[in-house]
Amino acid sequence: MINLHWLYVLAGAVFTGFAIGSARDETNSKRWGNAAFWALLAVSFWFGDFLGDIGNGVLVLLLVAIAGAHLIGRGTKQTTSGEERERSSARYGNKLFLPALVIPFTAFIGTLLFNYTPLKALGLIDPKAVTLVLFGTGVILAMIICHAWLRPPALAAVDEGSRLANSIGWAMVLPQMLASLGVIFAAAGIGTTIGALVGAIIPSGSIFLAVLLYALGMVVFTMIMGNAFAAFPVMAAAIGVPILIHGSGGNPAVIGAVGMLSGFCGTLMTPMAANFNIVPAALLELKNQYGVIKMQVPTALAMLIVNVIILYVAGFHL
Amino acid sequence: MINYWPLLGIALVVVGFALRFNPLLVVATAGIVTGLLGHMPFLKVLGTLGHGFNENRYVTIIWMILPVVGLLERYGLQERARTLIAGIRGATAGRLLIVYLALRQVLSALGLTTVAGHAQTVRPLVAPMAIAAAEKQHGELEEETSERVKAMCAATDNVGLFFGEDIFLAIASILLIQGSLASFGIQLTPFQLSVWAIPTAICAFFVHGARLLLLDRKLARAR
Repeated sequence: MINLHWLYVLAGAVFTGFAIGSARDETNSKRWGNAAFWALLAVSFWFGDFLGDIGNGVLVLLLVAIAGAHLIGRGTKQTTSGEERERSSARYGNKLFLPALVIPFTAFIGTLLFNYTPLKALGLIDPKAVTLVLFGTGVILAMIICHAWLRPPALAAVDEGSRLANSIGWAMVLPQMLASLGVIFAAAGIGTTIGALVGAIIPSGSIFLAVLLYALGMVVFTMIMGNAFAAFPVMAAAIGVPILIHGSGGNPAVIGAVGMLSGFCGTLMTPMAANFNIVPAALLELKNQYGVIKMQVPTALAMLIVNVIILYVAGFHL
Repeated sequence: MINYWPLLGIALVVVGFALRFNPLLVVATAGIVTGLLGHMPFLKVLGTLGHGFNENRYVTIIWMILPVVGLLERYGLQERARTLIAGIRGATAGRLLIVYLALRQVLSALGLTTVAGHAQTVRPLVAPMAIAAAEKQHGELEEETSERVKAMCAATDNVGLFFGEDIFLAIASILLIQGSLASFGIQLTPFQLSVWAIPTAICAFFVHGARLLLLDRKLARAR
């Protein structure tokens, strides 16, 4: 059965490529730091399951040390000039979009096939890993098409991949690091503590204030934890179920669904949701690492108001 | 008696991010401090950190797309995206992003969340297209304007994803709501929950869409 481990083997190979490409870039004065950083991640993908918890912890500390001591840099190596790109763009035309579209297309067709044909019952792909397996398949297909059609130099994929990898840098592992912080937060009982704090300040008598506190609690806790998933069970236990559903007779489907969506407003406003907010800033090479968050705050606040209204009206008055 | 000291770990994260220390350093330090304040021995904290990191490797898998994106950029993908938009009459950055917002919401509502994304679509396609459209409206872009347009591309992707995905029945967050409420004896089907994601989704389209039209106005006015 194809499961996550197959993907880890592939990812390990890609990160090894980033390490090699970084080491080859002489224009980057910190190239060995970059190479070591990516090589450690390749080790994590390939051998993480054999290192043991402490071993993995040491690996994490090494990654942090490299990033924290600013041993990662960026090269200035130009793979092709702007002029060459214009020429090549004119030569290949709109067909250049096709390899880029292969990846979403594979995900699309694959998801349909998996859900609506007997493919699922065959047990070929681990259902828990199916989206990522399809993504990996798409990447491999796109890679094959690029090579067969464009015939790039042998190490071009390695160089181009590490050019982009180094423009993102440490931000690439921030989401994973935050996920492990979440594990520690859970082990240290942060959720129960916050639940108890919120539970102690619940206003009595006003349904609207309780709704407001529930939505704001979701936003703030989501901003702290970086995702609404960690916040929801806590806020449901502290306010949602005892006060809004049992105490005031609110519609549980509304309280549940729109409560979660209030949390999503928090996700839009926090650097802790790094894969949505910090990584794209790096990926688009923005000067301000909080540029994406700044853009999202007005939409998030407006949607928070909308959600509070929906919670109050649909939850209690429909 | 609840131990409130681990909350200091959260404060550490907030301060560290605000002072713009390296985020990896901030997060790892906060994790270790939180664990120690929660009365975990150091090796236990280190092991928990390592275990969590190893279990969450799937989060980082997405980056294997980079060599493909890089290769296509080498052969002029971004230039192509720009040429394409420059050739469409009436194309503006705001209108382009409204179409993308709708597309992203609908695809997410159908469960196709990985079809688009920051690495898959925003960097190689949407951002260069939006920049090209903005240049048509505004003339050459000052750095600040081009930053705003690019940041808006990423923001639009997030808004479309967040306020679309919960309409799909089998998405993790819907299953989590169902599971959490079930533990309190409240039985709901995923369908009952996902229906209530629709009003918010529609509002999100209009709220963010309006902001995109405002962006167009700003781009046109500054000309």
